[in-house]
Amino acid sequence: MPTVKINGVEHEVEAGMTVLQACEQAGVEIPRFCYHERLSIAGNCRMCLVEVKPGPPKPQASCALPVQDGQEIVTDSDMVHKARKGVMEFLLINHPLDCPICDQGGECDLQDQAMAYGFSGSRFEENKRAVADKYMGPLIKTIMTRCIHCTRCVRFVAEVAGVEDIGLLNRGEAAEISSLEQAVDSELSANVIDLCPVGALTSKPYAFEARPWELKKTESIDVMDAVGSNIRVDARGNEVLRVLPRLNEDVNEEWISDKTRYACDGLVRQRLDRPYVRGADGKLHPADWSTALQTVADKLKATEASKIAAIAGDLVDAESVFALRALMQRLGVANIDCRQDGARIEAEPRAQYLFNSGIAGIERADAILIVGANLRWEAPLINARIRKRWLESGLKVGLIGPQVKSTYDVEYLGAGPETLQQVVDGAHGFAETLKQAERPLIIVGMGALARPDGAEALGAVRRLAEAVGAVGDDWNGFNVLHTAAGRVGAMELGFLPGEGGRSVPEILDGARAGEIEVVYLHGADEVDMSALEKAFVIYQGHHGDKGAHAADVILPGAAYTEKNATYLNTEGRVQLARRAVFPPGEAREDWAILRALSERAGATLPFDSLEALRRQMREQHPRLTRLDEAEPGEWGAFGADGAMDASRAFVSPVENFYMTDPISRCSQTMAACTQEILLARGEGQRAIEGGAAHG
Amino acid sequence: MASLDRTARSFLLTELLGGMALTLKTMFKPKHTINYPYEKGPLSPRFRGEHALRRYPNGEERCIACKLCEAVCPALAITIEAEPRDDGSRRTTRYDIDMTKCIYCGLCQEACPVDAIVEGPNFEFAAETREELMYNKDKLLDNGDRWESELAANLELDAPYR
Repeated sequence: MPTVKINGVEHEVEAGMTVLQACEQAGVEIPRFCYHERLSIAGNCRMCLVEVKPGPPKPQASCALPVQDGQEIVTDSDMVHKARKGVMEFLLINHPLDCPICDQGGECDLQDQAMAYGFSGSRFEENKRAVADKYMGPLIKTIMTRCIHCTRCVRFVAEVAGVEDIGLLNRGEAAEISSLEQAVDSELSANVIDLCPVGALTSKPYAFEARPWELKKTESIDVMDAVGSNIRVDARGNEVLRVLPRLNEDVNEEWISDKTRYACDGLVRQRLDRPYVRGADGKLHPADWSTALQTVADKLKATEASKIAAIAGDLVDAESVFALRALMQRLGVANIDCRQDGARIEAEPRAQYLFNSGIAGIERADAILIVGANLRWEAPLINARIRKRWLESGLKVGLIGPQVKSTYDVEYLGAGPETLQQVVDGAHGFAETLKQAERPLIIVGMGALARPDGAEALGAVRRLAEAVGAVGDDWNGFNVLHTAAGRVGAMELGFLPGEGGRSVPEILDGARAGEIEVVYLHGADEVDMSALEKAFVIYQGHHGDKGAHAADVILPGAAYTEKNATYLNTEGRVQLARRAVFPPGEAREDWAILRALSERAGATLPFDSLEALRRQMREQHPRLTRLDEAEPGEWGAFGADGAMDASRAFVSPVENFYMTDPISRCSQTMAACTQEILLARGEGQRAIEGGAAHG
Repeated sequence: MASLDRTARSFLLTELLGGMALTLKTMFKPKHTINYPYEKGPLSPRFRGEHALRRYPNGEERCIACKLCEAVCPALAITIEAEPRDDGSRRTTRYDIDMTKCIYCGLCQEACPVDAIVEGPNFEFAAETREELMYNKDKLLDNGDRWESELAANLELDAPYR
């Protein structure tokens, strides 16, 4: 390991590091604009100049200079200070001094570094350069005069997002960042707003809303997809104003998808803020909690347990699922299910519903087969991981399922079960690729599992995983990709049909036939509501979506930013979401609603605080005590052996990336994205383009 | 000797006459009191009285919703909400000052990059109810329009020292 002297102190650093990285490791701060640890090195802002000996007697850009043994690095000499001031003065020549109206003000790298490293005034007396603003879609607001041409945005979309939609036009003073007046066609596009060190790219929906110092920051977990991205929720008063990513190398690195970031404006629209009870006139009337709970309790008490059913939805937290399951058990109800979409997965062995390799495990894989999933829409961050792995070295990726425009080279194998069968039988060339791979990885999505023959598909993929050696002691490459954030938590807690209980399709059939009389929808909006017309429907949830329309009693609950809750992502990683704001109006936290209901229904649940609930939940399910950890599932025989229905191709459950759940369906920003990004590019069929995609 | 001196003074009424002379002299000097409210004392251009939001000469409001005054206000008397106006410019939708909280320190005026919020020369804004002292944007802009000539003159007078 090379030894370098930084400001007179000797440090041992790893070979191949840059001088900037070495200084950072040594705790010496170096200002920078263009350098970003997750992007390639551009070296064009020149802010990171340091003095290096041996070398030419001039300051050098530390971000692009590799460390060498015996190097002497000085970051606080007069030469360095003068060089930084000079660079800062040059950068500010064309940067407008409009901080008071700039949304970046208060969290701006240029502002901070001008204070720390710049001159107090400018000697430039000419006119500043002005650049026309560009259109980059409904999410990114541009004020291009502020741009300092660090090209972080260009490198991000080209390297991480994998689309080449933003570029630098012209050169010298005429240089401009542009997307050619088109919306940036990526699910990760809004990350360029975080990357932009100045106020050139800012958030359009958040424009002028608030200053960073006014916001209350809460570290939480996202529920828009099953990745469980770590987020920071910024709220002012009782309104969530924006969502930003939080660093977690194992999950989302430091990116989040556009839906995660911008669906938060749906949290104030169409909210259920008071209980409703359907009156004799067939209309929902506002009621107080006492009446609503009593109505539900009376109904539950008056109905036979076999005629009651409960369905947990996609955004539910573990605590409320635990409470609902306990309540249903006390009432003797076996018809409980969390697989709203009818996915054919069971609780045991656990490996059959987890992303066993872990999201970070993708970086160790050397061949990937995707079955029945559109990763770009179902889990953009997992897609970005695969792209990262693919960029490192030629990763072979095969795809069975919907043909989509991918951000890496994909070998398109086929559309449905037939192709999967061929690969399983070894009749397809890609089976050989998987077999030769040291760590093959298979991702199976809900497009393959949430269908009547899903168990057969699951069994086929399991046999394939075993046949190609994807399952071993130190590597389990069998991965299920969920689309619902609450699903794995509910599976883990066993919110599945009990002895003789019905699954979701059977509950719906039963309700149609009149065998199920009371249906408790816990945030379940994606089931076929027409089947529930005859049944008495109780809807507990936070948005006035399909479930609430079908309901006879509405119990208003809390959305994910409004409760302290546990979520398990698709890996089974246990993560805590924290309350950023309070539920609106009379809405309450979900576990508390169930606790209150249980008392009236004569089946009082044995906890009266969230802590007590958690203690019991963790006693019964010890895995939930290990926060931020994902435990791979144990292997075993699962799935079914029969033949799949070859006539139906695998279809991704996500039809519109921007609208997948009640929150994002209520979001105006997401509606604008649908309009300007999807529909503008051809009736939502953008992602479904012909050819074997990309490259 | 001393007692003789004292006795002579008391019989000749010198102290009384001296006092009367001072009174007589003061009668011909200018008065120190003023006839408020018909007369008012002089105010410094830096006087920190009632707040006002100013406009540019073309009628455009100056405030750009940077929220620096809100951030600097030690009494948390200022509340601002902002959003893009139809023409895309950054403007406040709400600019409230709770005059009962305000301590008239003048930091808001110093923080303002566009001289929009100022503390003017008016100190006669007592009200009968608390509610009247909760100023909103209309009230503040109205103040600005009413006092603009004085405000502008004061700012100009104070400009050399800023």
